[in-house]
Amino acid sequence: MKLRNAIQFTAAAFTLTLLALAAPPAISADKVDPVADEKAFKKFFYDKFPKLKPEDFVNGPYSMDADLYKQWQDKEQFPPYEFSLELGKEMFSKPFKNGKTYGDCFPNQGIGIRQDYPYFDEKEGKVITLELALNRCREANGEPAFSYVRDEMAALTAYMAFTSRGKPFNIKVPNDPRALAAYENGKEYFYTRRGQLNFSCATCHVQSPGERVRTEVLAPALGIVNAMPIYRSEWNGMGTTSRRFTTCNSQIRGVPLTPQDDEYRNVEYYLSYVSNGLPISGPGARP
Amino acid sequence: MASTIRVRATSSGETTEVQALIQHPMDSGFIKDSKGELIPPHFIQQLTFEYNGKPVFTADWGGGVSKDPYVKFAFKGGKKGDELKVSWVDNKGATDTTTAKIQ
Amino acid sequence: MTNTDNGFSATRRLILQGAGAVALVGLGSSFGNLPFGLTRAFAAANDKYPEEAFKQKSEADAIKSLYGKTAEASDKVKMDAPEIAENGAVVPVSVTTTLADVTSISFLVAENPVALVASYKIPAGTMPNVANRIKMAKTSNVIVVVEAGGKLYSATKEVKVTVGGCGG
Repeated sequence: MKLRNAIQFTAAAFTLTLLALAAPPAISADKVDPVADEKAFKKFFYDKFPKLKPEDFVNGPYSMDADLYKQWQDKEQFPPYEFSLELGKEMFSKPFKNGKTYGDCFPNQGIGIRQDYPYFDEKEGKVITLELALNRCREANGEPAFSYVRDEMAALTAYMAFTSRGKPFNIKVPNDPRALAAYENGKEYFYTRRGQLNFSCATCHVQSPGERVRTEVLAPALGIVNAMPIYRSEWNGMGTTSRRFTTCNSQIRGVPLTPQDDEYRNVEYYLSYVSNGLPISGPGARP
Repeated sequence: MASTIRVRATSSGETTEVQALIQHPMDSGFIKDSKGELIPPHFIQQLTFEYNGKPVFTADWGGGVSKDPYVKFAFKGGKKGDELKVSWVDNKGATDTTTAKIQ
Repeated sequence: MTNTDNGFSATRRLILQGAGAVALVGLGSSFGNLPFGLTRAFAAANDKYPEEAFKQKSEADAIKSLYGKTAEASDKVKMDAPEIAENGAVVPVSVTTTLADVTSISFLVAENPVALVASYKIPAGTMPNVANRIKMAKTSNVIVVVEAGGKLYSATKEVKVTVGGCGG
């Protein structure tokens, strides 16, 4: 057993190394092992950036460049997501027309629970993200769904992340073949090349974090979802995890999926799982 | 409606440090929209901070100040609990005012 | 722009004031502006917004329009600005100075379509330290001008911009 783990661990690390060398190997799917994945994933990043502490990764490119770090510190004195955060707080406490609130849809009234999302819903057999849960909450209470990418959805998730700041990601992959399949599908999506530029998510965020692609310093995949939602200067505003995924796909000249498509939910599941233990830092500010 | 102005004023005893963030598009008039048409200039021109009825800081701004502008300064004096009045006027004549308690 | 209005109000005034008409004709246009100009002047007290300075393209013209003189470089003006702006839309820039009797501090970006970005009035009792966030269209010198004791002192730093903030 121990030996098998060790072998798988090495294999996973080797897979990552190979990716770093630009070869996109097919994911060997004989056995899905999230625990080994997480270890290998973290080891890869910790080895690549030996000076960083694990919690530094949740601050993305700012942990990789001193000049950027200074600008971030300046911005954080009065962060640009402030208005969105306040809007989210206001919206969160305001009852729907039926008198119920967002809090009624969530454990602990929705406070301090961001680190538990996404989770695998065993009844439905699918991954439920926080954004999805928020819109389902609205619809269940007779309210129209929000756009997944910005504005209200960003404000609500900003507030929910804010109340969960510092709490370690606590994503669970239950021993259920459907959960393991969803996890594996997310992982596969993450490492699969697509678009005219033939990039995978990993090409930028595993292979090249800290380096510049054209003008931007790339964020490490480890901890990338911990900071969501983010105010991006490039967007001139807020964006959610859904916005991050869809714009990434557009930037590599691919065709984005619909926000909250099963595959995007699975990618978020995978990415969140391998960042387990790292603190929630959202809402974040990014270049 | 919520104020467009967020202020943090902190007294250290001798001086008061003031930080403000204001919700405003600060359109410079040089940016085109998605249809290729110039977005007309729309920016805050003057922002004033008054303490005890006297200006302690006045900002004259052009369209080159960032969206949702931020400014930080400090003045001598100012006690915890005292009020600081902040107001702005933009190039279209819109204004907003708020008072903030010094912490 | 306001000619039509001015012409109209000048005419009205002529009719009302009769005999004084000839003398008033030449003043018509400025009188026409008076109510607006007065409101503005009162609103801003003696802190008139330097409209002209914010129209100048070059930093030299803006400084001239704002202060009527030129600035000399001084190592007593300390500017803090990034080497490479993370995004030209939001560039944090701040200044501190050990100069005495500071009355104003201005920020300029040489390569912006309008050089003058911000000008701050520093009354007695306010510290000569300001931080703000500015837009930069492209890589450019950022110039800070400090007015102290009636003289102008400046500091200049080049900030590289890879993503422009002025939609160029």
